[in-house]
Amino acid sequence: MDFFAFVKPKNELESAPDAKQNVPFIPEEMWVKCPRCNTLLLTTDMEENLNVCTHCGHHFRMNVKQRIALFADADTFVERDGGMTSINILDFPGYDQKLEKARRSGTESVICGECLIGGVRTVLCVMDAGFMMGSMGTVTGEKITRAFEFATEKRLPVVVCSVSGGARMQEGILSLMQMAKTSGAVKRHSDAGLLYITVLTDPTTGGVTASFAMEGDIILAEPNTLVAFAGPRVIEQTMRQKLPRDFQTSEFVMQKGFIDAVVSRDKLKDIVARLLKIHGYKEAAQ
Amino acid sequence: MTAYEKVMAARDAKKLTAVDYIAHMFGDSFIELHGDRRFADDKAIVAGLAMLYDTPLTVIGIEKGRNTKERMERNFGQAQPEGYRKALRLMKQAEKFRRPVLCLVDTSGAYPGIGAEERGQGQAIAENLMEMMTLKTPVLTILIGEGGSGGALALAVSDEVWMMENAVYSVISPEGCASILWKDSSKAPEAAEALKMTAQDLFNLGVVERIIRQPKAEDAAMFESLKMLISRTLEKNLSLTPEELTNQRYQRFRKIGTAHLQT
Repeated sequence: MDFFAFVKPKNELESAPDAKQNVPFIPEEMWVKCPRCNTLLLTTDMEENLNVCTHCGHHFRMNVKQRIALFADADTFVERDGGMTSINILDFPGYDQKLEKARRSGTESVICGECLIGGVRTVLCVMDAGFMMGSMGTVTGEKITRAFEFATEKRLPVVVCSVSGGARMQEGILSLMQMAKTSGAVKRHSDAGLLYITVLTDPTTGGVTASFAMEGDIILAEPNTLVAFAGPRVIEQTMRQKLPRDFQTSEFVMQKGFIDAVVSRDKLKDIVARLLKIHGYKEAAQ
Repeated sequence: MTAYEKVMAARDAKKLTAVDYIAHMFGDSFIELHGDRRFADDKAIVAGLAMLYDTPLTVIGIEKGRNTKERMERNFGQAQPEGYRKALRLMKQAEKFRRPVLCLVDTSGAYPGIGAEERGQGQAIAENLMEMMTLKTPVLTILIGEGGSGGALALAVSDEVWMMENAVYSVISPEGCASILWKDSSKAPEAAEALKMTAQDLFNLGVVERIIRQPKAEDAAMFESLKMLISRTLEKNLSLTPEELTNQRYQRFRKIGTAHLQT
C-alpha cells in the first residue's frame, strides 16, 4: 500500500521558489565530510586519493582490501589461513551474536598472506578495524604467529599493518596469551636475522601496541594516528588527568622516540619497498 | 567462593604482598637492586638477588605496599615503563650468570598515566614479552594476588606460571569489562564469571601449571614447602640446554587455546 497516495500532489505553482533546486542532487553516500577541515569531498575523489582528504591531507581509515591493494603489487596477494574462524571458547555471553554480526563484513580481525611489494616477496598481515574493531582474539594471534613462522621458515621479511582497539575481552585470558605468543614468533623471526616492518594506522592501542606493533625493526606510522597502550578515555577516566593536545598522535609518539618515521599514505609503499631492498631482499624473478 | 569474591580476596589489603613473600622465603639473603639504568627506579617493582638454599636467584616482584604510606610510594603496584625495564635488565643479568629468575606478580595493571604513555608503556611491555620468550635461563612466575592484563603478563612469559588459590588473572578488570560491554560496572560479578579469571578456570584452560595453597604469615612450614617446590622446578629447568629450555617455553605459549581452533 502506498501511504503517499493520499498526500496532495505538489503543484509547482504553489511552492515557494527553492534555492536548492539549482544545486545538483547528490545522494548521501556519494559525499563525505572531512572531520578535520569540514570540506565536503566526493567519495570517488577521496577514494582515488587513497582515502586522503584532497583539501587538508586528513587520512581517513581504509578497509582491509584497500590496505592490501595499497601495499601489494597488483594481483600478487595470496591469503594464508583464510579459513580460520573465531569460536566462543569461553562461552562468553553475547559473543556468538557479536561474531555473527562482524562476519557480515569480514572473516577475522587480521588478514595474512604473501605478496610482492615492489617486486619483493613479503609476508603481509593487515588488521581489519571492520571486524570487532581489530580486537585481538585467539585466531588473530594464531594467524599472525603462523605468518611469522612461515616467514622465518622461508626467510621472508614481514610487514604488519596494525589497527586495533586492543584485546578481545570476550576471549578473556586467551586473548592476553596472544600477546606472548605473537611476541615469541616475532622474536624467532628477528633472531633469524629477518626484517620486520610495522605500519601503525589509526587507532593502534592496548594489547596490540604492547606486543607485535611495537616490536618491528622499523616502526612507521601514518600521520595523526592514535598510538597508545592506555587510550585517552582510559587515562581520563581512571586517572582523572587532563590530556595535552595532540597527545598520543603518531607525531607525538615519534617525538618521544618510539616511532621511526611518520609517513603519508601516498609515500608508504615506496618507503616500505625501499626498506626491503636496503635490507638485501631482491625482486623475485618474474 | 564466587569468581567475584575471589577478585575481592585477591585485592584484599591485608593479604601478603611480594615483599612479605620475599622476607618469608629468603630472609636476610635478599639484596635489593634498584633502577632501570635509563631513567628512574620504579618502586612498584621490587627486585634483587637472593639465595634459594644453595642456589643464587634473581627475584622480581610487583609490590602494592602494606599500608597507605607504602601504597602511595609503590604507586599501588601499578608499574611504569621503568619498572618493566628494571625487571628486564635484571633478567638479562640473570641470563648472563645463568641464574634462575622468580617473578611474583600482584598488580591491577600497568599504570595508565600520561608519563607512562610518554615513556613508552606499550613498548616496555612488548620488549619484555619478546625478550622473556628467549631468555636462556629458567623463569618461574607466581601470581600471588591480582594478575592485571599486560602489566602482569610482562613478568609472566615463563617456563611455568603458578597461582595462589585466591589469585586472579585476567585481560581486563571485571568492572572495566562490565562497563565497556554492558555500560554498567555494577555487573562486575557477572563479568568476573564470564572472564574465567580464577585459578581453577585458568588451570583448566592450561594457562597455569599449578595452584598453590595460600600461605599465612605465621605458617613457616608452608613457606618451606613452597620453597622446596620452587627449587625443584628451577633445578629441573636448569638441567636443560638453553635451546631445550626456550623451545619448551615457546611451545608452552604456542599451544594455549589452539585445541579449540578450527582451520
